[in-house]
This record gives sequence, C-alpha cells and structure tokens, in this order.
Amino acid sequence: MIEADKLTKYYDKHTAIRDVSFKVEKGEIVGFLGPNGAGKTTTMRILTGFLPPSSGTARVAGYDVLTESLQVRRRIGYLPENVPLYTDMKVTNYLEFVAEVKGVERGNRRHKIGEVMEKCGLAEVRRTLIGALSRGYRQRVGIAQALLNDPEVLILDEPTIGLDPKQIIEIRQLIKALAGQSTIILSTHILPEVSMICHRVIILNNGQVVAVDTPENLTAGLQSSTKLRIRVDGPVDQVGVALTHLPGVLRVVTEDETHETVKSFVVESERNCDLRREVSRLIVERGWGLLELRPADMSLEEIFVRLVTKEAQEVRA
Amino acid sequence: MNVLAIFKKEFRAYFASPIAYVVLTIFALISGFFFYSLLTFFSLNSLQAAMNPALAQGLNASEWIVRPLFRDIAVTMLLLMPAATMRLFSEEKKTGTIELLFSYPIRDWELLLGKFLAALALYAAMLGISLLDVAMLGSFARLEWGLIVSGYIGLLLLGMTFLGLGILASSLTENQVVAAVGAFGVLLLLWVIGWSAEAAGPTLGPILSHLSIINHYDSFAKGTIESRDVIYYLNFTFLCLFLTLRSLESKRWRG
Repeated sequence: MIEADKLTKYYDKHTAIRDVSFKVEKGEIVGFLGPNGAGKTTTMRILTGFLPPSSGTARVAGYDVLTESLQVRRRIGYLPENVPLYTDMKVTNYLEFVAEVKGVERGNRRHKIGEVMEKCGLAEVRRTLIGALSRGYRQRVGIAQALLNDPEVLILDEPTIGLDPKQIIEIRQLIKALAGQSTIILSTHILPEVSMICHRVIILNNGQVVAVDTPENLTAGLQSSTKLRIRVDGPVDQVGVALTHLPGVLRVVTEDETHETVKSFVVESERNCDLRREVSRLIVERGWGLLELRPADMSLEEIFVRLVTKEAQEVRA
Repeated sequence: MNVLAIFKKEFRAYFASPIAYVVLTIFALISGFFFYSLLTFFSLNSLQAAMNPALAQGLNASEWIVRPLFRDIAVTMLLLMPAATMRLFSEEKKTGTIELLFSYPIRDWELLLGKFLAALALYAAMLGISLLDVAMLGSFARLEWGLIVSGYIGLLLLGMTFLGLGILASSLTENQVVAAVGAFGVLLLLWVIGWSAEAAGPTLGPILSHLSIINHYDSFAKGTIESRDVIYYLNFTFLCLFLTLRSLESKRWRG
C-alpha cells in the first residue's frame, strides 16, 4: 500500500531524512517512532505530497507521490501535527467544505458527514465554532476530516499529543476501530502507544531508519535473557539461594526494599525459558508468601533508548 | 467544482470575520461622502448657471458627478483592497491550514481561482454599493448610461489588477501586514509612475505612462472601451496570478 524507496530530504544543508525505505502492507497499522527531529513529520509530508523528496521515490496506493500527486491525494486522509483547522468555521460547515473538495458526491455528503461525526463523537458540537472547541474535540475534527473520503491510507502525525489521558484512550480506540478499513501510518513519541495499537514499528533516528519490526520482536530480539520480577515474603538469604539453584536460572538480583522480610528479586534465565511455574511452586512449597510474579520484559523504552544511543555511538565512532 | 467550494469557503470567511463588514462600511462612507460633495458642488454650479446661461453649456451630471466619483472610487479601492486580499494565503500559511489544503485533491489553479473570485465578489459588492448613489442620481438627473457602464467595466478591470497583485503579495509571505503593505506600495508606485511621464523624455515617457495602472482607466472614464486598455488590465492580472501559482509551487519545493 505504501512503498518508500530511499527517500532523502535536505533543507538547505541540513539533512532531514536520509535513505528512508520501508513498505507498509494493506490493512496494517504502522507506527513511526523517534525522538523530536528524527524525520517523522518530513517523511509523512513527503507521503502526502506536501513536500517533494530531494531524492528517492514513494508510492502510495500504487501512485507516485510526486508525479501522480492528485491520485494519491484522492486516496489519503491526513492529520497534520498540531491539527491546523479553520477556527472561524463551524464544525459542520468545515466538514461540508472538506467533503466537497475531497470529491464526496453531493447526494452522499450529508450521510457521509453524519457518519464521520458519529464515529468521532462530534454530534454535540456540530454547530460550534472550531475555534471554541477544546483540544480533544479539535483532534477529533481533524480525524473526521481525514476520514471523509474513505481513505485507503490514513496518515496521522502525533494523533494523541496534547490530549488528556481519557481523550488519549478514546482516540486510540478510534484508530484501532479504523484499522479494518484503512492502512494507517501514525507517528508518536509515546512508546506504550506503539505497542498498544501498532502492528509494526519503524524507528527513526537522525533521519534514518534504525529498526523495523513488530513491537514483540523488537522487545524479544534485543533481549539476551528472560527476566522475572518477583516479590517474596520470607527469609531473604534462603530465598535468594533457593532461586539461584533452580535449573535454568542464570542470575538472581536482589532489589532494595525498605520492608524487613519482603524483598523483590529479578530472576534471569535463558532466553525464551519460562520459569514462572517452577519459581511459584518452589516458593509455595517452602511456605513463603508469593506476593507478586510478573515477567520483566525489556520495555519498549529501553529498546528505544538502546537503539537510539547505539546509533549515536556509531555516528561518533 | 473545487473552484466553487473554495470560493464559497473564502467568501464566507470574509463575512465570518469583521473584514467584509469593515471594508464595506468604510467604502460606503467614503464613496457616499465623495458623492455628496460632488453633488453639492454640482448643484451650486447649476444655481449659478441659472443666472448665466453661458455657463450652463458644459454642465451635465455625468461629466461633473459620475466621472469624478468613479475616479475617487478607484483611489478608495487602492487603499482598501490590499486589506481584503492580504489574508488569502498568508493566513493559511501562518496557521498551517495550507498543509491540509495541499493534502486535498485540489489543483493549485483551482485553489487560486476560487480565492481570486471570492475577493472579486467582495469587490463587486463594494461597487454595488456605489451603484446605489448613481441610481439615485439617475432618478432625478439625465445620465449618459453608456459612460456609466464603461466606467464600471473599467473599475472592475482595474480592481482585478489590485486583487491579482494583492494575492501575489499574500502568497509570498505569511505575515498579513507585509502582504498588505507590499501590495499597496507596489500599486501606489504603479499609480503615480505616470505622473513623471511628461518630464521623463520622449523614450522613457511613453513607457512610464503605459505602465501606469490609472492612465489606462482614462478611456473607460470617457465612455470608450479600448482593447489595448482591456488587454493591459487582463495581462496584468494574469501575470500576477501566474506568478502566484509559481510561488505556491516553490513553497512546496522549498518546504
């Protein structure tokens, strides 16, 4: 659905992105992840035809973004960062305007507008001036206008930035619900968001693609061991020794805790070796209290930091 | 159809903000004042002419009121129209809405034409207000309607150059004040450039006089429509719109 081939963009002497290549299949939700200034917005602007690449090509829905821009623009919905909308228009008037320029047929417009307003929860603000809307509602209007032409590809630049937690959850649910109909690219620098909604992640740093994979694979691939975090109520030394002697355990790390008898341990074992059953049985058989047991996977944050700093070191070297 | 959609949006935007009301009101006030003072001056002369029949020869309402009124209207428009065109592209650039607009399947010329026509409609509405003065005059004085029609056609063509240049200036900057001052400055320069034509000598003189936007209005004021003047105004407008298209394109290329 989307093919980017060696996209490069210079602004004067500064290189915004360099040799960015990736593919997105139909129906996928792909997340662009990267620190500010990594080139997420530039890449998205190239895909929408707003910016031409300095070199490289990109095809969206089978059309070249540069030479067949109009065809591409008929098939995309775009939500730019900061959601620029006409503040002096009412929500319905604005959506009518967008429906008209997006080529929604006259007879179908009213129905279509009603449908996207329903989807985005805009019914109660239909007669409100956009300028008077809260940030969360503006975001929804932004998404609503993107959906009006039933886009094959949805490009959302930071769709949840600046929203409160409740609004963030709502917008995420909305995006997930759209997954069946459109191929979605979204950018974010909120990491949990990616693992929550995206099928695949493209990590960008300094204008280059650092990694492309599913959130799970990224987490697993970079980890050399499997970790379990447990809290046990029992004699610290004995617990530590007993855990170390379990087959498959590589290392046990005790974590500081103020409570006298309750301690947290991190049990490291071979990669892909699940010790949860063994650990819990051991503790219960000894008569200690198992207060908590959970896999301590490397979080996406850690992976991200590792990828990005590794990159930085390579650049320096 | 996209042109119509853009036109509707822009025309509504004029009335959603105070711009249209301010521009229309100020124009109504100023043109009304000009009309009133020309009318009183004319009636004073008419009274004197009643006692001196020789004076009455050259007295007619079209020559004494309508023609100078149109010229005053042209000056007023020169002052007001940059304020009406300044926001057309600058505002979209400043607020970032242009990014969304460019992501819609609209061709650049459709966008430009829609905006230009919206400004032209506002301009025409202003001319419509002045038509009230003229119609009122026509109800009690004998007017040469041919001269009035040609005068309005001239004003419309002249206005297109104001709008064209205003839109061009607006597409070049995201600052509305810069757009307005830039457009006004260039228009004023092109207006007064003809004044120095006589002093400029035999080669440069005609060129300056031909460049002057107001000199081309003279024929319309006299009640004749000359093709060279029509062509001048249309060319001027097309050139401005063409450059605006290039400027929109380059905005995209530079990012």
